[in-house]
This record gives sequence, structure tokens and C-alpha cells, in this order.
Amino acid sequence: MTDQRSQAELVRQSLKRRYRKERRFRLYGIVAISIALASLFILFADIIGKGHSGFVKTTITLDVTLDSEIMYLDDPTDKDQISMADFVAPIVAALQDHFPDAEGRAARRELGRLVGSYAASDIRDLIEANPDLLNTTQTIEFLAHDTVSVYVKHADDPGYSIRLSEQQQMWVDELLEKGVINTSFNDVLFSRGDSREPGNAGILGAIVGSLFTMLVTLAISFPVGIAAAVYLEEFAPQNRLTDFIEVNINNLAAVPSIIFGLLGLAVFIGLFGMPRSVPVVGGLVLALMTLPTIIISSRAAIKSVPPSIREAAEGIGASKMQVVLHHVVPLAMPGMLTGSIIGMAQALGETAPLLLIGMVAFIVDVPDGFFSSATVLPVQIYLWASSSEQGFVELASAGIMVLLAFMISMNALAIWLRKRLERRW
Amino acid sequence: MSVNETISSAAEQHEASVPVQDVVTEKKREDMPVQEGKTVGLPYADDPKFKLRNVEVFYGEDRAIKDISLDIARNEVISFIGPSGCGKSTFLRCLNRMNDSIDICRVKGQLMLDDEDIYHSRRDVVELRARVGMVFQKPNPFPKSIYDNVAYGPRIHGLANRKSDLDDIVENSLRKAGLWDEVKDRLDATATGMSGGQQQRLCIARAIAVSPEVILMDEPCSALDPIATAKVEELISEMSESYTIVIVTHSMQQAARVSHRTAYFHLGHLVEVNETSKVFTAPEHELTESYITGRFG
Repeated sequence: MTDQRSQAELVRQSLKRRYRKERRFRLYGIVAISIALASLFILFADIIGKGHSGFVKTTITLDVTLDSEIMYLDDPTDKDQISMADFVAPIVAALQDHFPDAEGRAARRELGRLVGSYAASDIRDLIEANPDLLNTTQTIEFLAHDTVSVYVKHADDPGYSIRLSEQQQMWVDELLEKGVINTSFNDVLFSRGDSREPGNAGILGAIVGSLFTMLVTLAISFPVGIAAAVYLEEFAPQNRLTDFIEVNINNLAAVPSIIFGLLGLAVFIGLFGMPRSVPVVGGLVLALMTLPTIIISSRAAIKSVPPSIREAAEGIGASKMQVVLHHVVPLAMPGMLTGSIIGMAQALGETAPLLLIGMVAFIVDVPDGFFSSATVLPVQIYLWASSSEQGFVELASAGIMVLLAFMISMNALAIWLRKRLERRW
Repeated sequence: MSVNETISSAAEQHEASVPVQDVVTEKKREDMPVQEGKTVGLPYADDPKFKLRNVEVFYGEDRAIKDISLDIARNEVISFIGPSGCGKSTFLRCLNRMNDSIDICRVKGQLMLDDEDIYHSRRDVVELRARVGMVFQKPNPFPKSIYDNVAYGPRIHGLANRKSDLDDIVENSLRKAGLWDEVKDRLDATATGMSGGQQQRLCIARAIAVSPEVILMDEPCSALDPIATAKVEELISEMSESYTIVIVTHSMQQAARVSHRTAYFHLGHLVEVNETSKVFTAPEHELTESYITGRFG
């Protein structure tokens, strides 16, 4: 009896220790998750904090009189005259209407620097397109100069330095009060390519470039990856050669992406003579990089199809190919799709290999095909982040937000597809 | 002797003499006399459906089936019994070459279906399996609709040219499997939502749908409850009129209830084949007797 009691006592003591251990173990888990969540939160807070102003543009709306006299332009259809004409003068004149005190060359120059450097070409394009507008007064919305934009958006932020003179600051304040200078949603960001001037730079070129690149990647890596996985899993004989191939596929998945860039440079550009910085080459390189991921995840998906389904089909007399096409591949499809989409999301965020094949060039035009020079989202972010102009900092963060939005929607698509196609057995 | 008489006599005998314990060790089993290639009882038949001679199956170096010769008659129900790992499933799977997908598996000997070699190098497995259907241990319907499950076989073999023909095949197969009344209103429902017993009968309907001559059943009731088992057994008895049925089972009562002949396997040997009533009442071989009296299993 005493023996039993002391044993019960021992058990009770060990129980206490066990509970303590379990509590500690759970605590470790909670701490780990908290750290992960906190880092994620800090990352998002930082990016959104820096980037939200990238979605805002500063504009100056002026009633511009397109006076042929001050522009030195009589005939807008004459190319020579257009190229010689002074399109800044009417803008300065319009600004002078607001500030009649601003006389003299210096003041005029400072006034002219309130609008972006593309304001003059805006007017030129307008007159070239509509010669009738000469000597009329038009209300035109100009993008503000980068320095004005920084002053309007970040006057209180010590991280930015204000590069406006005292006089200009007073003007801007007054124009803000009058409602001549406005801030609104930055549609330029989503409708233009890159530019030297932050206010005029858009991410559309990079988005379209990414789209073309991803299309090439998808068109190559998805069918090739799935075909390879199906063959290796269903048809390949079990021998040294297939073992060797398997090991090498796993190795390829671990190869740093910049190596694939070097390969692309040497093979596609060097050997095949394809042009630099085009989506086709970028897509090919990324397809090579994504292939191992797709093969590995597709094989796992095929493996998870229960053998009883294969047996059932074989037992009725389905041929090997019918078993694979009618049963195994459809059942493995959710897993294959998930793996492929995650692989594509990885490729979408890849920068290093694309730097090597020249997709890092400064490209203003939105690409119009697989063979036109382009850049992609992550490279555009890299370019803006390494730029010295202040306005590009917020653009880089805004670009990151756009990229993250794309990735999150791709992952959401993967989850949705998996849920939708998943079948139970 | 009819199947029904067999049932009563064997079942009585069985219930009277089942000791509970007595697990025999491997050593002891080896001590028991079993002569290779020698089968007592009635292994041969006139004009057999299957004529199997000196069959040997190897898994790599391992000899899983040791020199078995057996005839399976037309429209007979024969059950294979024996302790786990005795090779009865392996042997069953030779009959429609389901072992083909196992790389290390080799089959030797002569296996004839209606005087045609099953393992002939130019033999088409697809055609063979259309003639020799199979039902598996675990119900394994495709994760598709009930209709598509049954229609799959006829579709891939091109048995029905029109939708109405296919509908007829599906209905007939489901009727034969005793499932029609239960599912006729929900043919589009997914098959995996049915009960285990229904799923197994659906698998039988699926096998019937390609009008095979032989149906192989690998422990078809081991995953089912007693009521579902009774239904499947009833079905087997009905089907024996039009099909040759080979059934592997762990349940001696089941063998007694459904089969005309029973074959007892032991460690890769075919020890005894006899009329079912004989096997369960007066086994000729000592090992058979030990097994049916429950001395090992």
C-alpha cells in the first residue's frame, strides 16, 4: 500500500514537471510566431509609411494664354518654328498673373521652376495636335516640379530636404491656399513608363514588362515541368539514370538565381544571339529557374494520388496513358497548380538574373511585345531605390506595394484554385 | 451439392470447433509437412476457364508463389483462403496481370485463359483486363459522379456509341449490383459520398459494366460492416450464374457461404483444393485442418 502511494506521489511530481515543460514549449512557439508577425508588421508599416505618398501627385492648374507673340510661334504646322518656340513663357506669364510683383529675370526663372520640366512639352504637344488653340486661353493641369512636390508632401518630414527658395515657398503656400496647387491620386504612376523626373515616372512599363516576361515563363515552365514530373513519376524506369536526374533536379532548385542569369547571358544572348533586355530572354531564364520548383511540387502532387485509384482504373482495363490522363493528372492538378503559381510568384519577384541579361536599362516606353526592350517590377524598384532624386524614394516604396499586391493576389489565386479543384477520396 | 447446403453444414462445423488462441510460430509452421507442387483434393477441372500450371512468382529474389497448378472452372465461385502473407492475393493478381506495375515482380509458368496465354509477350493487357475484371479490398470509386464511375469502363473500351446505350449499360450494371434503387435519383452525386457498402457495390457495378467473363475479388468485404457484407455476398451468389468469380477472403464463413470450391494456400504453396463443404467438414490435409480449426491464422 505504501509502495503504491509513494508511486502515485512520484507520478504527481513528474506530472508537474511535465506541465511546466509543456507550458515552456508552447511559449517558445508563441514567441517565434510573435517575432515573425512583428517583423512582418514593421516591414509593412515602413513600406506603407514611405510609399503611400507615392500614390499622390502634385499638380498646378493654370489658365494659360497661348500667345503666339511671347512663344515666337506664328504657324504651329511649321516644324522649324515649333522646335525654336518658347513654350515656357506662357506658363510663366500665367503664374505672373497670380504674382504681379514677380518681375525680372531671376523671379521669372524661379516661377518657371514651379512646374515640372515636362510642362513645356505638354504645351507643345497640345498645340501640335490642335493648331487652332493658338492665341486662346486654356485651363491646363501641369505636374508640379519635383522640389515643389517634395515641399507640398513632406514639408514637415526631416528626412527630406526642401530645395525651394524662401520666395518660392511663399508662392507655393499662396497657390496652395488659392487651390491652384492640388494633390490628387497619382494616375501617372499607372499610366506611364519610367522617367528621369519622379513626378512623371510611372510603373506601367514595368508591369507590362513583368506581364510579358511571366507569360513566357508560364508558357515554358508549366507544360515542361508537368510533363517532366509525369514522366519521372509514372513512366521512367527505376534506375541509376533516373536517380541521377532526380538528384540534379533537386540540386537545380538550390542553385542561386544569379547563376541562371549568367547561363541566360551566355546561352540565349551569347550563343543564340537574342537581343538584350527583352522579355523573351528574361522569361526563358526565369522559366529555367522555376522548372525545378514546378517539377518537385508536381511530383509530390502525383505521389499523393492514392494507388487505389490507379488500381481501380487499371482493373477496368485503362491503359497506362488513360490512367495517367483521366485520373492521376486531374487529381494531382490542384497540387501542380499551387506549386506552379508559387514558382511563378517567386519568378515575379526575381531581380538578380534579369540584371545580367540587361533588363536593368532605363526604358521610358511601355513595351509593346515580347521582343521590345523592357524592365520588370522588381528591377524598376531597384532602379528607383538606387536613384538619387528624392522623389524616387516614395516611388520605390509605392512600387514595392504594387509588387506585393501582385504576389498576394497570385498566392490567393493558388489557394482559391486548390480549394476549388480539391477532391476528396 | 448446392451452395446453400454447403453454407449450413460448413457453418455449423465451423462454429463448433473454433478454439480462440493458439498462435503457431514460424518455426512450427515449417515443421508441418507440405510438399512442393503437390496439391491434395480436386485442383483440376474439365474444360477450365483458367488453366494454371507450375506457376511461380518472384519478388526480386523472394519466391512468393511456389509451383502452383490449378484449374478454375467456368461459372464457378472459387475462394482462396489462407493465413496472411501466404500468397493468395499475389496469385489472384496474376490472373489479370495486376502485378505488372510492380517492377521487381516476375511470373513463371503457364497461365491460360480459354487456352490463350495470359503472359504472352504480345498479349494485350487492356483486352485481358476487360475480360477479367477486379474488385479490390478497399472500395475505390473514382472521385466522380456515380454515373461516371460505372460509365468509365464502357467509355474507354468504346462499348457504347450513343448516350442511350451508355445509359442502359449503367442502369443494368447498377441493377445487377443491387444498387439501382438506392441511387437512381442521384446518379450525378459524387460517389465518394456513399457509404462503404454502397461504394463497394458500385465498384462491382463498375467491374460488371465492361461485361467481363471473370471477376476477381480481393477481400471485397474486409472493410465493410456485417450488413453490407451480407449484401455483397448475396450479390456474389447471384452473379455466379453468369460470371466466373475468384474471391480471396480472410473470413472462412464467407468462403463457406459463397464458394463452390475452396483453395487453401500456405506460405506460397497451394496445399488443398476441394469442394467447399469438404474443406470445412473433412479437410484432407493436416495444414488445412489446422487452419480451419483456428490453430493459426
